[in-house]
Amino acid sequence: MRKEQQGGTAAVALPAVRTRPTGRTGPAGTGRTGPGGRSRRGIRDRQGRWGWLFVSPMVIVLGLFLLLPILMALWVSLLHWDGQSDPFTSAADFVGVRNYTDLFGSSGGLTHQLFMISLRNNLYYVLLVVPLQTVLALGLALAVNSRRLRRKGPLRTAFFFPSVTSSIAISTVFLFLFQGSGAVNALLKWVGISGPKWFTDAHGLVWSVLGAVGLVDPDKPVHALAAHGVLGLSWWDWLAGPSIAMCTIIVLAVWTTSGTFMLMFLAALQDVPAELEEQATVDGASRWQSLRHVTLPALRPVIFLVVTLGLIGTWQVFDAVYVMSQGAPGNTTLTPAYLSYTSGFQDSDYGHAAAIAFVLLAIIMLVQRVLLRERDGQPSRIRRLLGRNR
Amino acid sequence: MNVRRAAPAALCGALLLAGCSSGFGSDSSSKQDSEGKQHLTVMIGSSGDAETNAVKAAAAAWAKKTGNTVTVTAAQNLDQQLGQSLAGGKPPDVFYVGSNTFANYAKGNSLYTYGDQLSYQNDFSDSLRKSFSYNGKFVCAPKDTSTLALAVNTAMWQKAGLTAADYPTTWPQLEKVAKKLTSSKVTGLVVDASYNELGVFMKQAGGWITDPGQAAMTADSAANVKALTFVKKLLKEGALKYPKQVDTGWGGEALGTQKAAMTIEGNWLTGAMASDYPKVGYKVLPLPVGSAGKGTLSFSTCWGIANKSAHHAADVSLVKAFTAVPQELTFAGAYGVLPSRTSALAAYSAKYPANKAFADGESYGQGPVTLPGFTKVLAQFDTDLAGLATADPKTILSSLQKNGTAALGSGG
Repeated sequence: MRKEQQGGTAAVALPAVRTRPTGRTGPAGTGRTGPGGRSRRGIRDRQGRWGWLFVSPMVIVLGLFLLLPILMALWVSLLHWDGQSDPFTSAADFVGVRNYTDLFGSSGGLTHQLFMISLRNNLYYVLLVVPLQTVLALGLALAVNSRRLRRKGPLRTAFFFPSVTSSIAISTVFLFLFQGSGAVNALLKWVGISGPKWFTDAHGLVWSVLGAVGLVDPDKPVHALAAHGVLGLSWWDWLAGPSIAMCTIIVLAVWTTSGTFMLMFLAALQDVPAELEEQATVDGASRWQSLRHVTLPALRPVIFLVVTLGLIGTWQVFDAVYVMSQGAPGNTTLTPAYLSYTSGFQDSDYGHAAAIAFVLLAIIMLVQRVLLRERDGQPSRIRRLLGRNR
Repeated sequence: MNVRRAAPAALCGALLLAGCSSGFGSDSSSKQDSEGKQHLTVMIGSSGDAETNAVKAAAAAWAKKTGNTVTVTAAQNLDQQLGQSLAGGKPPDVFYVGSNTFANYAKGNSLYTYGDQLSYQNDFSDSLRKSFSYNGKFVCAPKDTSTLALAVNTAMWQKAGLTAADYPTTWPQLEKVAKKLTSSKVTGLVVDASYNELGVFMKQAGGWITDPGQAAMTADSAANVKALTFVKKLLKEGALKYPKQVDTGWGGEALGTQKAAMTIEGNWLTGAMASDYPKVGYKVLPLPVGSAGKGTLSFSTCWGIANKSAHHAADVSLVKAFTAVPQELTFAGAYGVLPSRTSALAAYSAKYPANKAFADGESYGQGPVTLPGFTKVLAQFDTDLAGLATADPKTILSSLQKNGTAALGSGG
């Protein structure tokens, strides 16, 4: 962790060196100009040139396979493009920001409606998956790090196993588990619960739970909520929560990702000096106090990392949806990433597809900035983390 | 720092943009290759090994006869792979074009219009030719066709004390037998939650999604409301269920795994039943008749030829070989489709009397909606149909009307 950060600083510093001469020619020459400045500049210049030479393979690769496609996609998001002509000629049907206004304005019709539904679904997905997977991963890490636990090796492997298994394979297995007559419902039957039809139940969890205690009828929206709405969806729809089908995908996501995050927590936990915890015990701290006031503060950077990675990953959920539900039932598992895919490859509407992708990017950036602003005044770390994950 | 960094990147970006854009070629129809020996690529979206092998054999026979070579690729996901290769400017020469994507490809000028070059173009039924016409021009030859019919499990039929006289010919009869066949383990009728299957009721009630010329939406007609109300009634009674409700992927699987006593499926059902559930006895019947008479849906895929192909003459020759009457009958025998040519249909009915109900449907089958930009609209209709049990048919149809009208207006 720490080492990588230093490396990152060095890379960032490189162009800064190059800008220095420009600064010096300005009228307010600052204190930097002085005897010997000229020769230093010469060396720096040469260093700069060599620096560029050394980083050029990476810059070219990144530019070719990352920056360039992003710019091309950005251009496509401003077009009405059916994927069958050259979008980089004057023949392209330039529509400006219409693809974006279609997503957010009622002028977009079905596109607008589907996009808002997908945003709602993904929002609930993020709100549930990120806390759950972080807490579970931390719990697992604390468990396998515990000094009292013997034979930790097999446990670590078991917890880590879902993370290294193909997500497509896991999704397929989950499909079988959660069938109406699948293993999960068979288990529930044992304890006397008749399980739901996991992948056909489009009711929101909130209304289902309220319905179970007799407060509302999930099939009959409350008029006050259903009649009004914001951004193309009624309040009834916004407040519905994830559907039962989405909950299975949430369980799957938590289960598969917690292993990876457990490993990160574990690495950090092993870095926490044992003396610290011992000292806390000597000072009379209970186990909970020791965890709360000694271990957790020491893990702060890793918690930040895990939450950030979680937020990025969850906003981009695609594979489980693609394999398990394709948006069904009732569009309740539709996510922006999957909607982008279907807009492009099924509807040949690549403009909207690209626009959705950029809105998703904007959401992720925004979430990072607003929710995860580092309190110790190092905002650049956010960028570095983002950059590493793209 | 950003500017400094971005400048070289932008430069190489610009160079590459120029490079990419040249890949598309300036005109949509490319220069023709006049060499004696040509190499063609064919991309198909295959239903299974049987279909892939049949197409490969037919292509190999043509190649041997003409001296050209052909590579047949079975796509994992035809829509996506074709979309990518069209966007990349290097599509296969010949490929399957489903009715759902036909309009988009035709509108994008990706398809070579060769219908007029076929001397037997009138041997395709009107509805098929209409399905694959764009701006009044017959674009591509229908590969084969499929229609929907009612399939019943004969053992369950007998067990319920029903005879051949009870085969349903009207909606009330269908409802009656479906209820009678429904038990705790078996559902009377299992039909996909899709307009591609449930649409038969709309047709039988005298409605359809669009007018015959596909120029206006007619989704919110009283006939359609009547059809969906009937389906909703069956759903409420538990006599009709969707495949997912009985843990199956489609109607044929429900019939094969004996979770359904009846299903409404196309002739692809016969292939699946023969290969996956050979022990389940079933009979194919014509669909019951609604208040407006007979109604079924007919589906097809056409042999698309890429406008960008450099071998148009050879491509057309290959398609002619694929759509020759004996070849169509071979395909029909290999993987359970109906021949697209009317002259082959009679021979087919004689050869496969069990599938007569499918073959007969071809004369009055309603073709699918082939309008640009409608994939999304119809997918949303399917999503709504899946929730029909607790929804209002009128609401579903009026939202279809609204979405369809908007898509028609924007021209996709």
